[in-house]
Amino acid sequence: MPPQPLGRSGARLAKAMNKLGWHWWPSDTTVATVDYEGRARCINLGHCTPGCAQGAKASTDITYWPVALRAGIELRTHCRVREITTNEHGMASGVVYYDKDGVEQFQPAEVVVIACNGIGTPRLLLNSASGRFPDGLANSSGLVGKNLMFHPYAQMYGYVDEPTDSNRAPPTCLWSKEFYETDPARGFVRGYAFQFGRGVGPVFEAVASEAKGILPWGEDHHRMFRKLNGHRLAVSAICEDLPEEHNRVTLDGVLKDSHGIPAPRVDYTIGENSTKMLEHGIARGKEILAAAGATNICVNNPILYGGWHLLGTARMGTDPARSVVNEWGRSHDVKNLFIVDGSVFVTSGGVNPTSTIQAIALYVADQMKQRLANLFD
Amino acid sequence: MSAVSALTSTQRDDLRVVAAMIVPASTEYKVPGADDSAIQADMIATLGRDTDVVRAALDHLARLAGKPLADLDPARRSAVAHEFRASGGNAAATLTRVVLQCYYRDDRVVRSLGLELRPPFPKGYALEQGDWSLLDPVRTRPPMWRRIS
Repeated sequence: MPPQPLGRSGARLAKAMNKLGWHWWPSDTTVATVDYEGRARCINLGHCTPGCAQGAKASTDITYWPVALRAGIELRTHCRVREITTNEHGMASGVVYYDKDGVEQFQPAEVVVIACNGIGTPRLLLNSASGRFPDGLANSSGLVGKNLMFHPYAQMYGYVDEPTDSNRAPPTCLWSKEFYETDPARGFVRGYAFQFGRGVGPVFEAVASEAKGILPWGEDHHRMFRKLNGHRLAVSAICEDLPEEHNRVTLDGVLKDSHGIPAPRVDYTIGENSTKMLEHGIARGKEILAAAGATNICVNNPILYGGWHLLGTARMGTDPARSVVNEWGRSHDVKNLFIVDGSVFVTSGGVNPTSTIQAIALYVADQMKQRLANLFD
Repeated sequence: MSAVSALTSTQRDDLRVVAAMIVPASTEYKVPGADDSAIQADMIATLGRDTDVVRAALDHLARLAGKPLADLDPARRSAVAHEFRASGGNAAATLTRVVLQCYYRDDRVVRSLGLELRPPFPKGYALEQGDWSLLDPVRTRPPMWRRIS
C-alpha cells in the first residue's frame, strides 16, 4: 500500500530535515491509501481521530471485530468485569461482570484473556484478590500496577508563509528516528521519535492560539488570525519513558465506579531521564521548524491531550520474580490467564504503541494455538 | 432548564459585550463580530456541559466590572477584560473557547477565510503528492538501527 502523499506540509518539513541532514520517513497513519478489503481509500477527510466516515481508517470496529464475529465470537457490549475468579487449583475459572442492565453475571471460562491496558488490567487483577491471591491475582512478584509508563510528549509548532495542508488530510505526515537510539553524549538513555503534523483547522487554531497568547483580542485579531490559520507546521517528540516502580496504579481506598468496583489510583511523575529527553527534543524541534522557515514558534511541554498511553503495569519477562507474564503473555502465577495489552511493555518505546500492542496480541494468540496441547504446563 | 434560561439576561448582555471585545466586527475583512445575534444564539444553544463554567466566568467578570460591561467607558471595559483574562483561570479560558468555537464555525466567517462551506464527507479533499525525490538522501544513509543478533 503506498504512503499518504507528502502534501505541502510534508514536503516543506522533508526539505527542512534534508537541510539538517536528519532522518525522516513518510508516516504510517493506520489509513488505507487504496481500496482494501471492502474499505474505501482515504479521501483526506481530516478528522481521523474521532472517526472516519469513509471507513479508510483501520479502527478495530471495521478490522478485527467483523472478522471475529464472523468466526463465531459473541460480543457483549456495555458490560464491566468486576473480578476474575479462581478455583481450588489456582486456575482462573471465569469472571464476574455486570451486564448492560447492571445485573451481576458469572461467565465461566477455560481461559481468560485480559486486554484492559495499563490501568484497567492492574485494576482488574488487584480487584481479583482472594484468599489464595491476597495481593491481587497474578501478583506474586508484587509488580502488578508498578512501572506505569506513558509517552511524555513535547510539541513544537510554528507558522510558515505558505499555506499548509491544515486539517484537510490525516494529521501526521512524517516521522523521524534521528534521535531514537541511545547516545551517551546527550545525557540520557534511549531516545525519542519525531512526529510531524500537517496543521489544524480554524476552530482549533483560534482556541489554541488565543490560549497561547499569540492571537490577540480586539482590533488586531482578524489580521493575526489570517496569518496563523492554515499556516501551522508541528513537530512532536514522543519520548521513550522508562519503568520506575514508584509510578504505579493501585486501588483507591475511597473512590468506586457506578457498579461499586474500587477505582484505580494513578501515581506518576515524569522521570529525570524523560525530562532530559523532552528538553533535547524541544531544542531539536525548534531547529527543524526554523529550518522550515517557521516563525512564532510555540512549545507545549508536556502536551496535555495526547501521548498518555497506558503501559508497563503487568510487565513481560522470563523471571517470575521480576515480571507478571512470561515471554508469550501467560501469567506466571495463573496458567490459564493471558494479558495482551500495553501493560506487558517493559519500556514504552518512543512511538505510538497501538501497532506494537496489536503485534503482541497476535503473537500471544499464535503462541496459544501452537502450545494448545500443553498450554497450562 | 432551557438553553436560553441557562444564563440570566444580565449574563447574556455581558457575554455579548465580552464576545465583541474578543472578536470585533471588521469592515476590512467583511465579517461580523462575535456579538452577532446568530453567533450569540449558537453559543447559548450549545453551551451544554460548559454552562456552569461559563456562568462562573460571567460572575467573575461581573465582580470585576461592578456593573454591566456595556455601561463602562471603553478604557475601563478594556482594563476589566484584561484583568478577566489574566485572573479568570479555567473559567475565562472556557468562555473564550466557547466564543471562538462558535465564531469560527459561522458560515460567513468560514467563507471569509476562503474555505468551502461543506462538510469533508463525502467529497473529501485533494492532497498534493509532493516531490518524492526528497527521500533520495534518506535512502542513501547508512543503517541507523541496531541489528538483532
